[in-house]
Amino acid sequence: MHKISVKINGNAYEEEVESRLLLVHFLRDKVNLKGTHVGCDTGNCGACTVFLNGKPIKSCNMLAVQADGAELTTIEGLERDGALHPVQEAFLDKFAIQCGYCTPGMVLSALALLQSNRRPNEEEIREAIEGNICMCTGYQQIVDAVAHAADLMGQSRS
Amino acid sequence: MIPPKFEYVAPASLSEAAAFLAAHPGDAKLLAGGQSLIPVLKLRLASPGFLVDLGRIAGLSYIREEPASGGKPGAVAIGAMTTYAEIKQSALLREKCPLLQQTVAVVADVQVRNRGTLGGSLAHADPSADMPAAILALGGELKAVGPKGERWIAVGEYFQGMFATALAPDEVLTEIRVPVLTGQRSAYLKAARRATDFALVGVAVRLRVGKDEKCEEISIALTGVTDRAFRAAGVERALQGKRLEPKLIEQATADVVQGVNVMGNIHGGAEYRAQVARVYAARAIAAAK
Ligand code: FES
Ligand code: FES
Repeated sequence: MHKISVKINGNAYEEEVESRLLLVHFLRDKVNLKGTHVGCDTGNCGACTVFLNGKPIKSCNMLAVQADGAELTTIEGLERDGALHPVQEAFLDKFAIQCGYCTPGMVLSALALLQSNRRPNEEEIREAIEGNICMCTGYQQIVDAVAHAADLMGQSRS
Repeated sequence: MIPPKFEYVAPASLSEAAAFLAAHPGDAKLLAGGQSLIPVLKLRLASPGFLVDLGRIAGLSYIREEPASGGKPGAVAIGAMTTYAEIKQSALLREKCPLLQQTVAVVADVQVRNRGTLGGSLAHADPSADMPAAILALGGELKAVGPKGERWIAVGEYFQGMFATALAPDEVLTEIRVPVLTGQRSAYLKAARRATDFALVGVAVRLRVGKDEKCEEISIALTGVTDRAFRAAGVERALQGKRLEPKLIEQATADVVQGVNVMGNIHGGAEYRAQVARVYAARAIAAAK
């Protein structure tokens, strides 16, 4: 067992973990943050995407011990004072959610893009979500939602 | 899927890591970005007793220029723990060695590129990985650190078979040096079933064309075709010193898998793979010139 300390959505956690515990299981089962999903469990679908020190990664492809000392953001960390993040609003506005299984990962990948590129074109949006698989929507509404989120985030800044 | 039980160790220095490997022969595996190793563990294709995490050792992630010295040409030195994302964003590589960026652009996806490392990919030596082709086409050398000190391995001698390299079991790959490519052009072209997959066939090309339009230097390497990445030396010879006309490229690349034991699997039979290799080799050369 190893003691790890991480910051998740701004809160500090200290836990004893087994070497082989995957980060996604740590988040879901030890910290009880169920918004991070396990889709494929093989590193392909992106449902388990979280931010590790500000960058999106697949938490099923990482050990919890590797995250010792890191700052993590999960989908639960996006809302502020009960209000959804503009990227989440945009997914609702554009009907970019059907079953919702892929949504937490999609929203975080979209946010990662918008943090470094305020005005992405369609190709850049599609590249940013290439590690996220959606079995329902056919992607077009998601692409529209990310473009809409760029508009919303532009407005909220001004 | 849950990995099998193992003990996790996080050495603070390279010498500590190499000593640990030497003390646990055959039972310890190095962990870099984990984007290949963790899936391998989850599928239980390997069950080492120890994972030795290189992620806590400082100074293994950098991209810097090494000026020419002592008869060695100028190079770009890349620390083994440098991620694909860092390679993709490097202004130095954009200027001095674009082939690496052309290649990482089609490796997996954003999330994997944020964790996966150049050293990890080269040490793993997956026969369908993209980076081995790029590194082979570039030439250069790799630095290995073991209990007895460090040594340099020429890229051409590094890949030895499926998941097999010239690294000794107690050595750690720490740096990759590639030559500076001024006045050269390059391309990496990849056929894959889905956008984020490993290569069905990947072709890396770098070349220099002279004032008279003749090809002065050319280097072509393929991945995904056989048990390891390889240089297409016959094709290089056929094009060296010639004008790269489409007809000649087509003739030369017809022999790209000659003498190569082409692999076949569920993603593509041997005959199909050989044909894709010919077509993609021709397209990659045309894209680079
Ligand atoms: S659950 Fe991690 S990528 Fe699918
Ligand atoms: S909404 Fe169902 S997987 Fe994307």
